[in-house]
Amino acid sequence: MMSVRIGIKNATKKYGSSTIIPDLSIEIQEGEFFTLLGPSGCGKTTLLRMIAGFNSIDGGEFYFGSKLINAMDPAKRNIGMVFQNYAIFPHLTVRQNVEFGLENRNCTRAEITEETHRFLKLMQIEEYADRLPERLSGGQQQRVALARALVVKPDVLLMDEPLSNLDAKLRVEMRKVIRDLQESLKITTVYVTHDQEEAMAISDRVAVMKAGAIQQVGTPRQLYQRPSNLFVATFIGRTNILDAEFLVGADAVSLKFPCGYEAEVAGIEVAAAAAGKVRVSIRPEEFVIMEDGGSGIPAIVEDSVFLGLTTHYFVKLESGEEVEIVRESTVDENIRRGMKVRLGLKLEKINVFSSDGETNLSIHGIAPRCSRITAGLVR
Amino acid sequence: MKLSKPRLEVWTAVSVAAFALYLVFLAYPMFSILKESVQGESGSFSLMYFGKFFGDKYYSETLLNSFKVSFAVTAISLLLGIPLAYFYSMYEIKGRNFLQIAIILCSMSAPFIGAYSWILLLGRSGLITRFLESMTGLELPSIYGFKGILLVLSTRLFPLVFLYVSGALNCIDNSLLEASQNLACSGMRRFRRVIAPLCMPSILAAALMVFMRALADFGTPMLIGEGYRTFPVEIYKQYVGETSVNHSFAAAISVIAIAITAVVFIAQKYLANHYRFSMNAMHPIERRKPRGVLGVLMHVYAYGLVAVSMLPQVYIVYTSFLKTSGSGSVFEKGFSLNSYKLAFKRMGTAIPNTIIISGASLVIIILLAALIAYLVVRRRAFLNNAIDTLSMVPYIIPGSVVGIALVISFSKAPLVLTGTAAIMIIAMCIRRLPYTIRSSVAILQQIPLSTEEAAISLGAGKLKTFFRITAPMMSNGIISGGILSWITIITELSTSIILYNARTITLTLGIYTFVSRGTEGPAAAVATILTAFTVGSLLLFFKISKSRDVVL
Repeated sequence: MMSVRIGIKNATKKYGSSTIIPDLSIEIQEGEFFTLLGPSGCGKTTLLRMIAGFNSIDGGEFYFGSKLINAMDPAKRNIGMVFQNYAIFPHLTVRQNVEFGLENRNCTRAEITEETHRFLKLMQIEEYADRLPERLSGGQQQRVALARALVVKPDVLLMDEPLSNLDAKLRVEMRKVIRDLQESLKITTVYVTHDQEEAMAISDRVAVMKAGAIQQVGTPRQLYQRPSNLFVATFIGRTNILDAEFLVGADAVSLKFPCGYEAEVAGIEVAAAAAGKVRVSIRPEEFVIMEDGGSGIPAIVEDSVFLGLTTHYFVKLESGEEVEIVRESTVDENIRRGMKVRLGLKLEKINVFSSDGETNLSIHGIAPRCSRITAGLVR
Repeated sequence: MKLSKPRLEVWTAVSVAAFALYLVFLAYPMFSILKESVQGESGSFSLMYFGKFFGDKYYSETLLNSFKVSFAVTAISLLLGIPLAYFYSMYEIKGRNFLQIAIILCSMSAPFIGAYSWILLLGRSGLITRFLESMTGLELPSIYGFKGILLVLSTRLFPLVFLYVSGALNCIDNSLLEASQNLACSGMRRFRRVIAPLCMPSILAAALMVFMRALADFGTPMLIGEGYRTFPVEIYKQYVGETSVNHSFAAAISVIAIAITAVVFIAQKYLANHYRFSMNAMHPIERRKPRGVLGVLMHVYAYGLVAVSMLPQVYIVYTSFLKTSGSGSVFEKGFSLNSYKLAFKRMGTAIPNTIIISGASLVIIILLAALIAYLVVRRRAFLNNAIDTLSMVPYIIPGSVVGIALVISFSKAPLVLTGTAAIMIIAMCIRRLPYTIRSSVAILQQIPLSTEEAAISLGAGKLKTFFRITAPMMSNGIISGGILSWITIITELSTSIILYNARTITLTLGIYTFVSRGTEGPAAAVATILTAFTVGSLLLFFKISKSRDVVL
């Protein structure tokens, strides 16, 4: 199967007077599983449909390899597409659905039969081959849609929230089916979802989008551990945002919280750091609860929820801010409601942002930005 | 920077072709009739015919009469149809499927056949009239005139109300009824506060449909109206020239009629805009078993209404097998197939004519409706919006006006079509297209765009996508809609009476001719053949469309 690199330069999309995508550029590598992630209305589906050719391109250049595809007929782009509602042809049998794309290409009858059979078998839907799709379950329809998209040996596979109509258990199962399939076929894949867990589980790289602009492109690990701005930090996983102040010394930078607690942070480029207000993103698991005093942020436990593996604590700081903390459940639980505790921080993990939330100050010197991520590194 | 250029695509060509067809066969005839109406005797501009119409009570009365009839028929049809639909949808009525088919059949005969049959039953020397007279000496009130028209049209048009309202009731989710009950609103109050408002869009749509049909009907007032003259009859008389042929006067009456139907149409749209919402029943209403007296009354009402409405059709079938005198005009004792022999001898060409003209119309209607619906739903552009608007225009043009307009436009060079089957086919297409386009649009709107995109992304071209994917997905709905169109076409009278000649006579026209000549035996025979056609088509409809939703 041929696979191509997708290049998008300065893409623009407008509907009437409102601009959906102002100016967007991405490079998607050959054979990469690339996900567009963002809240609804962020333009991710619009961008996917521009790649597919169903939305017009108002500005910018779209390349498959070195070929400009802006004006190319969607029927000629050699794309496999899986739609949110699967878009299975209801009047054709499963087999006829899968054969449909091959019939539009110059294939002999024997080739069509053989390739169709191969993909029906690969997707484990041979036994339903001669049924009409209305009698299939959601998961089976999903498999038909995948077989139909892949049997034509597309250069690119596009998927628009393909799992959103499935129940939770099936979603996790199909997630693995899709990932394994993509891996074995090595096909460049662009996947759209608003489910961050799904994006993390399935992708080589993820682009987080908001208001038609890319906030960050990176591996799931980069997005979670070193989000490039406050939006990404709060959108990917859960986090607590606290106000603090930067104290810049001669060879070190410290954080000073309103309660007076000070801690030296690593990974900040001292020369570039400026004293002043910052915002700190501390994920629930990046706090350490100290029951018997010590150095840390003073807090009062307001509530706790036992979830088995972990226990969540909701605590209130002196400043009035409420934060959520997660830690592994212990046998001899002794943190009670109303208890006074101190909170320590896992300083190597927390992220410090500029006061406008746009820049991650912790990024320097820690996570190298990779332009080409191999699949092995991710998982 | 290279941007995608708008390319000339197949659908643009389809748009242009459809628009051109509408210009030639709709806009031009409408313009012609307008021009004709303002032409004085010398050919110069004159409003004399409008003056003549409104100045002479003899003519202006026809308009008033038409209105009285249409409003009364609409009111009665609503009063008959809404309770029937309510009982049918909310309660377990015995023999529902049979009842539904019978109700639909009531609406599908040509109205003038009903009028004719009612005359045979209740007329001056009608069966029931004479029977009652001989038994009790009672004299029935006269069936002729206003009352007769009401009887014929109401019993024929209430099924439309029934179909629309029961369709709406089917879309009401049971939880809405439960919620209103839970909020202490039940019984009549629930009907008034919840059910009726939810059905209002359908009630208004049905009211408009009934009104337009009653207003435009030609055959019924012609046969049973006697002195009670309505404007379609007047247009016809001016056209065929009872005293003298006067196309300009016929055109002027037509223009007035269109102006009025347009006002009614706009008023209905205005009202309907107050009730716009969409419903989708996940849990349809659970029908209850009616109890006691109420249950008996419901059954008596439903079956009584259907029996009365079916009576004329049944009686016609019965008389078609009666022995007649040689010419077929006098019924005698005993049964024979003589009427059929006579009918075939004199009207042998009517059956093939009906099949050819209606069949050709149907094929064209289905093809055009599918293509235009596609343009309207999937390619919103200026030209296609114009086509959308134009396609709805015939909805408000009474059938006889379509006839007159076509005659005026296509009886002289460059395009002479009068007297051909083509002009009949064109007329049928113009009249039925709005309905078929509307239903096709509704079907297409339910097909997700992504299905077509899937086909395109798999390498299928635009036309291939339409004919391999979109059209087959629409076909079920379109074909079942087509069968209903077919039934209306084969029972059509008011347009074809103006356009036909001896070579293009159809079954309906045959019946009308026999009736007007007083040869009642063959008339009944042809009417029976037509009924057989209708019933057959309806059964085919139920076989093809899996649902039982009939939308006319």
